[in-house]
Amino acid sequence: MSTDAQAIHHESFIVNLGPQHPATHGVLRIKLTMDGEYILDAEPIIGYGHRMHEKMGENRAYAKFLPNTGRMDYVAALFNGHGYVCAVERLAGLTVPERAEYIRVITCELNRVASHLLWLGAFLVDLGGFTPLLYCFDDREKILDLLESVTGARLTFCYFRFGGVCNDIDDTFVNGTRDFVKLLRSRMPLYHDFVSTNIIFRKRCEGIGLLSADTCRRYGATGPVLRGSGVAYDVRKQEPYSIYPKLDFKIPVYPECDCMARYRVRVDEIVESLRIIEQALDQLPAGPVMAPKVPKILKPAKGDCYFNVESARGSFGIRIVSDGSENAYRLKLRSPCFSNMSLFQEASRGMLLADALALLGSLDLVIPDMDR
Amino acid sequence: MEEGSIHLEKQVDVPPGLIHFSKLDDILNLARANSLWPMTFGLACCAIEMMATGASRFDMARFGCEVFRPSPRQSDVMIVSGTVTRKMSAAVVTLYDQMPEPKWVVAMGNCAISGGPFIFPGQYSVVPGVDKLIPVDVYIPGCPPRPEALIEGMLKLEEKLVGYRRKSWPTVEAK
Repeated sequence: MSTDAQAIHHESFIVNLGPQHPATHGVLRIKLTMDGEYILDAEPIIGYGHRMHEKMGENRAYAKFLPNTGRMDYVAALFNGHGYVCAVERLAGLTVPERAEYIRVITCELNRVASHLLWLGAFLVDLGGFTPLLYCFDDREKILDLLESVTGARLTFCYFRFGGVCNDIDDTFVNGTRDFVKLLRSRMPLYHDFVSTNIIFRKRCEGIGLLSADTCRRYGATGPVLRGSGVAYDVRKQEPYSIYPKLDFKIPVYPECDCMARYRVRVDEIVESLRIIEQALDQLPAGPVMAPKVPKILKPAKGDCYFNVESARGSFGIRIVSDGSENAYRLKLRSPCFSNMSLFQEASRGMLLADALALLGSLDLVIPDMDR
Repeated sequence: MEEGSIHLEKQVDVPPGLIHFSKLDDILNLARANSLWPMTFGLACCAIEMMATGASRFDMARFGCEVFRPSPRQSDVMIVSGTVTRKMSAAVVTLYDQMPEPKWVVAMGNCAISGGPFIFPGQYSVVPGVDKLIPVDVYIPGCPPRPEALIEGMLKLEEKLVGYRRKSWPTVEAK
């Protein structure tokens, strides 16, 4: 090879992906060092959606932070609220009525299905197929109707309260949910025929974006990303909370480590969530939905508490340090998106740009959740 | 100079805004109002509702605003859907400058209007309203606004362009 050819070969250039780019699903910026179509280095630059949630948790009363929980990971907003109220309840020593626990699990799992449907549509748009998005949103709107009837919101839910939930569910919701579970179950073969067997989709996903279990472990990746790498880690099984121990469900795990495995994990999780919802509706006990005598201004005892829930994107953790006053002394959020995104720099090295975008889409990032 | 040709040097240099071809402008505005191309520009939660408005059920295509363009150079409307942070503000202004005239801005949601729930004494990150950076035509309140509200906002923008409400489309009065 002549010296000129070598010089051309080693010529690299920098491309800015974002902060406004449809493939980054928001305001993530990635500084790509490219050698032709191949990525030499991809440095994520975050903070474009920083909204001071932790700071706000520290300068207002516990109850006033509840609306914020709906705006961190807004695609699966109920999980953040679940983690927060559970942490505060543990600190304050409140017990939650059983019916409220069931309602929490039912609404959370509905939200998980909605989140995965949104991901499915958005991921396929990334890969160039627009039509499935319309089907996914059609089904998602039905979930939002159900959730709106009890929570009053379509997206940024603020439904859970310390000691229970703010509205009881009625027969209309229960019957509507049962109908929806049947409907979505009958739609799953359609999604499989439509997407899973599509040759373009398979070529773009099978063997693309390999993440070894070791990489996931080093970066703390959780959720479907980890389960798509063959590790059966799910907070609902490892550190059971709420009523999950009473329910029978499986953790879908695929050992292929590629984008297809992550896709399959999420599709299987939709089916498992539907099973959870059905069981919880069958077992739903009667009774109150709020604990009696919850003080209006909560002052938990001194101490600190870490609570983990399995969000749609992985393990969402919240740590609250209380100094016995109305406000938390410190509030730390552990966002699954941040850890899942961290491995992108290592995993994308040497990949084609188009494949790296498939990998980025399969991680299911919500940027303001990452930036908090 | 030949007989009958136009004497270009005698034309007066008038700024473009002063000459008003009233009927032609009306027709152009009608065409613009019925094919507003928004930019795919999601900042936060409201972007999901913007997607929902573009997808099945709500279907913004009924009003000609379904062609979401990923590039600012191809779009007419910037829907600022979400919180504008200080770090993001330079990018927002750049995107606005890159859009070709005529262009409009819709501030969707409380964050884009005023910073929304993220404004408190001592806050260091959120810009209190996108109108501090760029001129805004339509404000849509809500946290996040429902898809119906976004559609209403786009209809208001149409109204601003052509001067009257879209024909055969009802106005809902607040109770």
